[in-house]
Amino acid sequence: MKTHRLTFAFQLFVTLLAAAFLMVPAGASILAGFTANYFRGVSSGLTLDWVKQVLALYSDTIWLSIGIALGTLAATLVLAVPAAWALVRRPSRLARIVEEVVTLPVAVPGLALALALILAYGAIREFRMSPAFILTGHVLYTLPFMLRSVMAVLAAVDIRSLEEGAASLGASPLQRFFHVVLPNAKGGILAGALMVVTLSIGEFNLTWMLHTPLTKTLPVGLADSYASMRLEIASAYTLVFFVMIVPLLLALQLFGRTTGSAR
Amino acid sequence: MTAPTGAAISIAGCGKTYPDGTRALSPVDLEVKAGETLVLLGPSGCGKTTLLRLIAGLETPDVGGRIAFDGADVTALPIEKRNVGMVFQSYALFPNMSVIDNVAYGLRVRGVATDARRAQAASVLAMMRIEALAERRIDQLSGGQRQRVALARALAVRPRVLLLDEPLTALDAALREHLRSEIDALLRRLAITAVYVTHDQAEALALGDRIVVMKNGAIAQVGTPREVYFQPADDYVAGFVGITNRLEGIVRNGRFETAAGILRVAAPDRAKARLLFRPEAVRLVSPADATLVFQVTQVEFQGPRQRVTLNAGDGTRIIAEAPADLPLSAGTAIGLVLDANRYILA
Repeated sequence: MKTHRLTFAFQLFVTLLAAAFLMVPAGASILAGFTANYFRGVSSGLTLDWVKQVLALYSDTIWLSIGIALGTLAATLVLAVPAAWALVRRPSRLARIVEEVVTLPVAVPGLALALALILAYGAIREFRMSPAFILTGHVLYTLPFMLRSVMAVLAAVDIRSLEEGAASLGASPLQRFFHVVLPNAKGGILAGALMVVTLSIGEFNLTWMLHTPLTKTLPVGLADSYASMRLEIASAYTLVFFVMIVPLLLALQLFGRTTGSAR
Repeated sequence: MTAPTGAAISIAGCGKTYPDGTRALSPVDLEVKAGETLVLLGPSGCGKTTLLRLIAGLETPDVGGRIAFDGADVTALPIEKRNVGMVFQSYALFPNMSVIDNVAYGLRVRGVATDARRAQAASVLAMMRIEALAERRIDQLSGGQRQRVALARALAVRPRVLLLDEPLTALDAALREHLRSEIDALLRRLAITAVYVTHDQAEALALGDRIVVMKNGAIAQVGTPREVYFQPADDYVAGFVGITNRLEGIVRNGRFETAAGILRVAAPDRAKARLLFRPEAVRLVSPADATLVFQVTQVEFQGPRQRVTLNAGDGTRIIAEAPADLPLSAGTAIGLVLDANRYILA
């Protein structure tokens, strides 16, 4: 009993230590974003000025990130949902190959993927300069997450039988898609959508290579501010990013738990 | 609900070979009369489900095959244009819709207005005596309830042909028997053409106007339940309808001679003959009163009857059923009497 209590105390100590190791920098960074002068410490007073400055300096990157995330979501929905349907209803060797190829961008380093995009399409000036260039990279990178999420749900509900059932009642392929496939894929689509938006908003690797001075996303702006701005501004910027990404991560966690227990 | 009029189905030269070369069904010819219940009976892998899916339009037959409903060629039509009703083994009920929306779905895709289709669906639910389930979700239903909903959904569109793929297999034995008689009554009342796939001979005998026994992707016998039961075309069909006992021997001078003794038969001489009979076809008597004598190797008391394992002397094992009160014990000899109309000499 005594050793048991000792073990528990030791485990608690190690856990708290590890948590503190991760939390302290985050806490310090958040505090820095609110501190009037970080070098003089909290005694210099707390302020929202830095956050306001960040919003004034970098609001375009925030809007661009949101825009690209939503655009990526729209593109992955349009591409992945029908693709998942097709792959699940006709499982074949070709379907397996397609699935693997689509998943490849997750395994390839973002930098390499970006370089490939630049080599292939960099010469098309309008495309290279527009945010659509970054959006293309994000779609390539996030597509497998949406595809797999939807495929898993469609396979779990045995969509082939459901479709045959609908067809036997006279439903055309289009009716089957909208009345039976989409509603029953809802769980997978929602989980995939949260994943895609979260990944797109936080994506730096690829985006850093693909961006131009006029198409900076939030994470690229962050790197910029770390390099060239006061520490307080960079910290306040991080804070803004936190506020955007944490609710998404929480929703992802919560959603994963409810669908996980439902199964 | 008015009775739908069933279509006659004509199947000509329909085989099915899958792209990987496996032949699921050799070309078959089959006529299903309007209003008839035809049962496709056989073990798994015999091609019965493939034949059903060809009739449904879920598979297309190999080149040369032709399927017609009431004389009109439907071979090229996909299932959604054939106006069939289908009950799947897994039921394939839509989990995103309530019971009544499931049943009304066929009417919805036909463009029937909401109120009208809900009223029609409700009347089908009432016919199946499940109107209380109308607003339930599918995952709130028991297996038997799902089965009824699946049947109601298939019937709601007033199909010309009702196709049932092992609809009772997923249920427990008691419920299966109950639903079997319900389905039988329903099919007779509606006078709908029905094709029913099963591997269960009891289901086939009880439901079918005619039974098609299938083996390795081909038809082994087509006949009424009585024909299939009493005059099976071959050993395979005999085994499938419960004729599990078999004695090998010869026929000489009007006598079947086997290891267990002799039996008087009205048949020409034959150097190789088999006597086939059911466990319940025999009478067990004192060895002195019989020309066939066996050793009792095992006695299983089952309540209303006893199930007795007998040895013919050459190692051939047969099963016999005996009245519960007949004194029997392992290791003793017993006589076996087989009346002339209760065996098949093949």
